Amino acid sequence: MIRDTFSRVSLQRLQGQAPRHGSGQAVLAVSHLRKAYGAVQAVDDVSFEIGPREIVGLLGPNGAGKTTTINMVLGVLEPSAGTVRIEGIDLASQRAQALRRTNFAAVYAPLPGNLTVEQNLRVFGLIYGVRHLESRINAVLSQYELERFRRVKCGVLSSGEQTRVSLAKAMINAPHLLLLDEPTASLDPATARDLRMRIRDFTTSEGGGVLWTSHNMYEVEEVCDRVLFLSRGRILLEGNPKTLPEEHGKRTLEELFITIAREPLSLDGAALIP
Amino acid sequence: MIRTFAILLRQYYLVRGSASRVIPMFAWVVVDILLWGFITRYLNAVAGPRLDFVPVLLGAAVLWDFFTRVMHGVTMTFFEDVWSRNFLNLFASPLSLSEYLAGLVLSSVVTSLVGLVAMLIVAVVLFGFSIVSYGVTVIAFLLLLFLFGIALGIVGSAIVLRLGPAAEWFVWPIPALVSPFAGVFYPVSTLPTWMQYVATVLPPSYVFEGLRAIVSGAPWSPSTLWIGAALAIVDVLLACWFFGWVYRYAVRTGLIARYSAETVS
Repeated sequence: MIRDTFSRVSLQRLQGQAPRHGSGQAVLAVSHLRKAYGAVQAVDDVSFEIGPREIVGLLGPNGAGKTTTINMVLGVLEPSAGTVRIEGIDLASQRAQALRRTNFAAVYAPLPGNLTVEQNLRVFGLIYGVRHLESRINAVLSQYELERFRRVKCGVLSSGEQTRVSLAKAMINAPHLLLLDEPTASLDPATARDLRMRIRDFTTSEGGGVLWTSHNMYEVEEVCDRVLFLSRGRILLEGNPKTLPEEHGKRTLEELFITIAREPLSLDGAALIP
Repeated sequence: MIRTFAILLRQYYLVRGSASRVIPMFAWVVVDILLWGFITRYLNAVAGPRLDFVPVLLGAAVLWDFFTRVMHGVTMTFFEDVWSRNFLNLFASPLSLSEYLAGLVLSSVVTSLVGLVAMLIVAVVLFGFSIVSYGVTVIAFLLLLFLFGIALGIVGSAIVLRLGPAAEWFVWPIPALVSPFAGVFYPVSTLPTWMQYVATVLPPSYVFEGLRAIVSGAPWSPSTLWIGAALAIVDVLLACWFFGWVYRYAVRTGLIARYSAETVS
């Protein structure tokens, strides 16, 4: 089973194909993505797709290349090689059209603290070309329980509240592709669970795809349809987070994560990955 | 266009709620005009009726402060994104570089006009000097200085983007570095030869030479302003190219994604 899984993924990569999942056009198609800083390969030949209504977890230890991959998908980091397509639109050649369908939230990218929640949402709503902006602002404020902070400057909010504002901004344009880099890192367990439900609702009701990074394996198992394990810039494993640990002789996803983080080559079949 | 408006709106929100942003828009230029106004009044008193210093020096001060306001209008709008670490939010959006730069320029138009109006009021009310009495030529002067201020503002922003927030201290003195060569308060012919060569490529030098000629009634061809205008347009284009080059470098190296004082200085 382990060898089969590795072989299938490896063979697809060797043949230059991005693995296909789900039906319909992928909301995100990443193909042979590489990023080198001098001799260091931060991301090395990464290919994957995210389908509509799919939440894909991008996992890996610190420095594995998760944020580098996300930055390339967001167009703020130029790949050394490879392509990024958002709903079939090439990011490199049609940046604005591709990014209009995208949005993101990350703990390291808070919204300007000197603007109120409402002002931030209005400014970014205009930047993303949102129609009926005022009603959309009201909708996301309600969705993320931010009405009472509407006229409060973001800088004075707690980190959890700021995270909710970032998520509201990420939803302002009802994106087809949502990138979330550790979105629940500063949230209490109850708020984090609510957030996971909202993101799940977003994929089912609006058909969007989500790329989600997290170090919380319980969360990943709960929310993600599929996970990609990155190690040293490469996708080492791919599969269903509920069945993947067992397929690799581990009891939990966390145990599998730790093994990949510490001894990636100890996994049976790992040497097959190009 | 709507995204350019978003940058302008962001700046409006910031200024509207902040006395520390509103006051500098006119306070320093008013102080400057007061200072130069009293200096010119004193010089007129000791020099006698041979030369009226008010239009020569005060007029130059008004125009130079306008130029400085324009440049700082661009850089201040840019610095708001530096200080709030907003680059990732902005540049991971559909906002294009040209839309962003247009937003900086529009913000500068508004803030520099506020400063200009404040200066004109103080100059007229306290010193009886109205630069607009020189007619349509003054508009040409202002336009040319505006273009050069935009160019230097964009270059200053590009320097900070490349070198990090700490490099903003390179940006503030840029007008002071330009002023000796531009002949703001004295004829370019006063300068050593090598400085005169530098002056010929600086658009403001054509403005201030023109101002002095008009005020003193000396022969002056308005067509020389076209040289200054052409230089200013070239400077704006070069500045935009330079910003684009720095931006592409920042995207290639990941600077945009991890922009902070610690990572780039």
